[in-house]
Amino acid sequence: MKHIETLNEKRLQNTVEHGGCGECQTSCQSACKTSCTVGNQHCENPAQR
Amino acid sequence: MIHQYKNNGYDIVLDVNSGAIHIVDDPTYDMIGEYEQKSKEEVISDIARKYPQETEEDIREAYDEITQLKDQKALFTPDPYQDRVIDYTRRPTVVKAMCLNVAHACNLSCEYCFADEGLYFGKKAELMSFETGKAALDFLISHSGQRRNLEVDFFGGEPTLNFDVVKQLVAYGRQREKEAGKHFRFTFTTNGILLNDEIMEFANQEMDNVVMSIDGRKEIHDRMRPFHNGDPTWDIIVPKYQKFAAMREALGKQYYVRGTYTRYNLDFAKDILALADLGFRQISIEPVVAPREAPYSLRTEDIPVLCEQYDILSREMIKRHGTPEEFNFFHFMIDLEGGPCVYKRLSGCGSGTEYVSVTPDGSIYPCHQFVGKTDFCIGDVYNGISRDDIVTEFKGCNVYSRPKCRECFARFYCSGGCSANAYNFTGNLRDVYEIGCALEKKRIECAIMLKAAYREKGE
Repeated sequence: MKHIETLNEKRLQNTVEHGGCGECQTSCQSACKTSCTVGNQHCENPAQR
Repeated sequence: MIHQYKNNGYDIVLDVNSGAIHIVDDPTYDMIGEYEQKSKEEVISDIARKYPQETEEDIREAYDEITQLKDQKALFTPDPYQDRVIDYTRRPTVVKAMCLNVAHACNLSCEYCFADEGLYFGKKAELMSFETGKAALDFLISHSGQRRNLEVDFFGGEPTLNFDVVKQLVAYGRQREKEAGKHFRFTFTTNGILLNDEIMEFANQEMDNVVMSIDGRKEIHDRMRPFHNGDPTWDIIVPKYQKFAAMREALGKQYYVRGTYTRYNLDFAKDILALADLGFRQISIEPVVAPREAPYSLRTEDIPVLCEQYDILSREMIKRHGTPEEFNFFHFMIDLEGGPCVYKRLSGCGSGTEYVSVTPDGSIYPCHQFVGKTDFCIGDVYNGISRDDIVTEFKGCNVYSRPKCRECFARFYCSGGCSANAYNFTGNLRDVYEIGCALEKKRIECAIMLKAAYREKGE
């Protein structure tokens, strides 16, 4: 596209079907203990990636 | 729903429900703002008037690109999740992460400590016994259902005050994980005072991540994180942290230096850069969460100053990107391609359900922030969960159960925010902590802008 550059291919709605395995890290177990930072966690579900 | 903003020369459009992120030119940015409100010809006429240098052909082309993205469900995507989340809240309770408070005791007197200088409002210091720790790990395994990866963070107080028990528990966990078909990811958080070669070597073998507490510049750190007698600590911990971080980097193992900023250092970007200049490459600095009456607590009127600090920080990170001085800031991390699924984003940190905290006497709380609030004790590691009503309340916490989150662009990044902060500031688990929200939104905006900038630099 000439006027719009899209940064990412992944679409959240496509994760509905195979999501929810729960294997990914709990946000407060990484490096935040007072703010909820979920968007930076990595998906660990091979079917999802 | 979309969110549009301009930052550092980039015109950014976030399609909230799909997570698609678009960088656009100025006329397209304005056109997207009008697209759902006006007819095609009205929009094109408005843009032509505002941007006389643009040809009609270009304007129509931009309009068609917007329509194409809408058709691809990458712009103006409707919310398809609300009905599904109701089913998700009925899921079986599975525990997979545990904050194990092996020491309700601390060798420092940090002024802002949420844990009452490690005592968690108890009358005396308390260390977890090996037996209680074993019962906690057994509880975790037996309540983890099909989950393979189990997370245990040795926390406190200061966990190095009880490190022999930490070592015993790691050995016990390694034995049990084989039998149970699980994998423990151990981590620990330390203030660094008792950190020594033996602990570092042990952690390098066994710990997936280590979190080293430090607030940044010496004068900032020493003001808030002294010994009980007031003596400073920065000079003691920094050389040890530098050694530990270098060891972890050489081994390809994760670490963070993590600190807290307060009203005493509203120029906190300087603290992050000070840590980077000390050689640390993985940095997390968070806003203090403190009662309004505390002199160091952040106030609503501080928000613009704090947001400006995140802008200063992000611009400096762009400058350093690709150089030996490059560093990672935890709260600007955002995984646009491999990030979590929508279920994770809906339900957040999992406190009180997937994630619990255990005290030295074996009591179970929804998370470390609730420890000591006895009304929130949900059971103990010997007898299991006794307060299903509280667990159900936490399980119901998600972005749709919090009215203020439903219309917020950040809802799939913070996932409704911290329940403890909401409770502490409003008395309601399903409300939000407004200052925290404002800062989280700013961090998300900066994180997305950084992705655009790094791409431009050729990442």
